[in-house]
Amino acid sequence: MHGFFASPAVQLGAGIGAAVAIVAATLGVFTVIRSQAFAGESMGDIGTAGGAGAYLLSVGPVLGFAAATTAAAAIMELLGVQRARGRDLVTGVVLGAGFALSALLLYVATTDNTTSGTTSTVMFGSLFALRSSDLALTLSLAAIALGVTLALFRPLLLASTDTDLAAAQGLPLRLLGFAYLLALAIAVALAALTVGSILSTALLVGPAATALKLTDRPLRAVVYASVIGIGAVWLGLVLAYDSYDWPPAHHGWPASFFIVALVLCAYLAGGGWRRWADRRAA
Amino acid sequence: MFAPFMVNAWIVATLVAIVAGAVGFFVVLRGSAFVAHAIPNGSFAGAAGATLLGVNVLFGLGVCSLGGALGISALTKRGRSDVATALTLAFLLALGALFLSLGGGYAPAVYSLLFGEVLGISVSQLVPTVVLCLVSLAALALIYRPLLLNSALPESAPSSRVELAFLLVIALATTMTVPVVGTTLIFSLLIGPAATARAFVSRPGVAILVAICIALVIVWVAIGASYLSGWPVGFFVGSLSAVAYATGRAYSALASR
Repeated sequence: MHGFFASPAVQLGAGIGAAVAIVAATLGVFTVIRSQAFAGESMGDIGTAGGAGAYLLSVGPVLGFAAATTAAAAIMELLGVQRARGRDLVTGVVLGAGFALSALLLYVATTDNTTSGTTSTVMFGSLFALRSSDLALTLSLAAIALGVTLALFRPLLLASTDTDLAAAQGLPLRLLGFAYLLALAIAVALAALTVGSILSTALLVGPAATALKLTDRPLRAVVYASVIGIGAVWLGLVLAYDSYDWPPAHHGWPASFFIVALVLCAYLAGGGWRRWADRRAA
Repeated sequence: MFAPFMVNAWIVATLVAIVAGAVGFFVVLRGSAFVAHAIPNGSFAGAAGATLLGVNVLFGLGVCSLGGALGISALTKRGRSDVATALTLAFLLALGALFLSLGGGYAPAVYSLLFGEVLGISVSQLVPTVVLCLVSLAALALIYRPLLLNSALPESAPSSRVELAFLLVIALATTMTVPVVGTTLIFSLLIGPAATARAFVSRPGVAILVAICIALVIVWVAIGASYLSGWPVGFFVGSLSAVAYATGRAYSALASR
């Protein structure tokens, strides 16, 4: 176990993982309140195309993920994802087109070199494979997303919980919604880097939904969600490291699996706690 | 393109398009695109698990898509439905990642599970696919009226049993379609044709027929193009669905002017 903390790959993974967990948790609280989990999920999947494209162009995965999710956010906005009616449909069509692109890019990437595990790495992530050259870009993207969200915290919260009141107060709803989508795009891209493009939703939605079961106060929910997210990522890393000694293969279980499983356990436990607390209060 | 080894592909793809068009109509009407995305995608875990254990892939797909449907239904009772769907899906995918990793993670196999492999359909896969197709169409016909009522007027005709039955129909449709178009692209086939059809016609029966026709055209063109170009069939299904939807939207925009 003491080799675990000395490994530079682990230190880098734990550091980036924690930063990502905080950003994902913050955006996640708004995503859960606005019921836009599907938008987050779709961006993650569309990020697959970016990840594969980045591999083909030999640029860093962060750049690929962020470019694809930001483009997805812009297209969703153009097609009118803001209106609640028909929102899932628009998201779905953008997602389907994104899948088509992913299929093509991954096809090219895998036929390019059949032994490469591109598909697995892009889709399921590989926290241990992060390069230190990705660190600066990752952290600055995290800072931008977090800064925008915290700066717009109160108006965005009002726009998310009570649209009519927000409109009556003269808040620019459409602009706020778009700012949220862009920050979400960055958060999803970062989460995709950590647990892979198609598992990013777990880190986005899970801790936030758990936190909103524990408290009704938004800012407190952001803090709880961050703690839960960091806990899941770090514990997941420890377990993945430990699993090198586990059966059956002795080549380690994927960290992503542990992180997602821990997030789901936290959500179930949060729900259990809420029911118990409600019953005691009644 | 119509060589003997391609015949099974054409038959299965035709069945897939019929089922996806019919089920997709209700997916679009109910606005349950997320669930239609989650159940097929989550069933990936089943396929990966079946490969690991060496059992029939259809069996693994069936277990995981039914498990996904039941999981979403159970979690939705206790929380927001989009969160329930997202977490069920993420957990199934993570299980899939684990199975793949334990099995050695052979990349091309993953790829064909996710994005489809039209050429690899054997006669032994054909029979269960035909059976599953008939069962899911029969199930849809059986719940047609209550499902239509529940979808059109969710407030006045709420029913968790109809909801669950519909999730199970999606799971059945998923099990049969995944080996052909892959877990990720069934979704395009469920959403694109039905959403396009609704832009042109509003009567349910007619809209279902139009959706099936559009799905058939998309699948046939996709297989042909995939065969000729060597590119993945999923690419063509996904982009043709998006084009069909864009056409439908342009038509309704013009018609309402």
